[in-house]
Amino acid sequence: MTPPAFSPVGVRFENIDKRYGGLLALRGVTLSISPGECVVFAGRNGSGKTTLLRIAARLVRPSRGTVSFSGTSHEHQVNDVRPGFVAHATMVYDELSAEENLLLFARLQNVDKPQSRVNALLEDVGLADRRDSLVRTFSRGMRQRVAIARALLHEPAVLLLDEPATGLDPQGVTWLAEAIRRLRDSGRTILMSLHGESEISSLGTRAIRLDAGAIAADTRTGATFRTILTLADA
Amino acid sequence: MSLLANTAVLLGKELRTEFRSRELLTTTFVFILVVIVLFSFTFDPTSDESRRFAPGLLWLAFLFASSLMLQPCFLREQHNDTLSALRLSVSDPFAIFLAKLAANTFFLLFTELLLLPLFAVMYNVPVVPVLHWLVLVFFLASLGISIAGTALSAISAQARMRELLLPLLMLPLLTPILVASTEVTKGLFDRAPYVQWKGIGFLAVFDVVFLTALWLFGEYLLEE
Repeated sequence: MTPPAFSPVGVRFENIDKRYGGLLALRGVTLSISPGECVVFAGRNGSGKTTLLRIAARLVRPSRGTVSFSGTSHEHQVNDVRPGFVAHATMVYDELSAEENLLLFARLQNVDKPQSRVNALLEDVGLADRRDSLVRTFSRGMRQRVAIARALLHEPAVLLLDEPATGLDPQGVTWLAEAIRRLRDSGRTILMSLHGESEISSLGTRAIRLDAGAIAADTRTGATFRTILTLADA
Repeated sequence: MSLLANTAVLLGKELRTEFRSRELLTTTFVFILVVIVLFSFTFDPTSDESRRFAPGLLWLAFLFASSLMLQPCFLREQHNDTLSALRLSVSDPFAIFLAKLAANTFFLLFTELLLLPLFAVMYNVPVVPVLHWLVLVFFLASLGISIAGTALSAISAQARMRELLLPLLMLPLLTPILVASTEVTKGLFDRAPYVQWKGIGFLAVFDVVFLTALWLFGEYLLEE
């Protein structure tokens, strides 16, 4: 991946509640994530993983509580930090080419020298030779590569990955795991939601299990870490 | 500045995707064409009757066609959750609305002007002497339809009965535009054409009021 141009940023969730009508999706979630940590959120469907990540991305407003971002050297205002977000939906336009999609989002995010940034990212994700192809002609794995390139356009210090491996074949998962490993090693703070143990979950430095919208377990140690992932998927 | 820059980039995307697929333009064009042709069979085009009723038919056709055209406006952003990507990328969410309503106004105006000569021939109304006034009315009314329709499209896209909801919300809300634009157009199609400033003023005020409301509250319409 391209060398990073960011300072490490941590994330703090303070007493987060999220209510959808009568359903309480998150219940008093308080959590501090240090800069550079790679956190795996595990839990059954409906446990609140996606909601928590979307709140961190500021796509969803919490019913109560706050999310703040903090650096090692100085406090960041929430609006200063724009996390990169990858979900199981690709969040790119099928009717535009890979290059057109990336240029669109680079220009919207006011990225410096958008064309060269897009060229570099297309090389990084291995799609330089398919830059002019419409995304609708891509396989699921190739679409996810475009999605990752889109999320990295503005060199985010925080990456939010919501079940990024959904629908990928084993080769795609291996590529994704390698990409996430490089991103983690570059010092980015990564929050990802996953189902069960996989090549990708082994990259985590911390595992948190959510159950019915609350934190049920939180660990950094090896054996418990694997138990959390296994339990969450059971 | 970044609002305008973001709007320009998004407008470019809207125009590019539409001119690539031509889905909205073709559907809107064919719908208005069918309505104009079908109604022309029910009137004697040489009579004064057509001069009286044609403006109302024309604006009804435009209004129904716009409810078709505006339906996919936010719906297609949900397909790959591209709306979230846009919200994460723009500095002001109003840019998303501005780009969409500008594109919708352009598509609607483009289709209306394309069909105007055919309408003039079929209903035997002279449009050339009052063309500049017609363009003004078409623009103000299309802008109003697009502003309100784009906002309602954002609301209905998140609802369960989304395909039905947009016309149900939109058509009653746009009745004032229908009445005002029909009255102004009727004046322009008169044997002694005249400009009904009251109607033009009403259309302009409608546009300003709804655009201001969208600027103030639009962000809430995009929230999950």
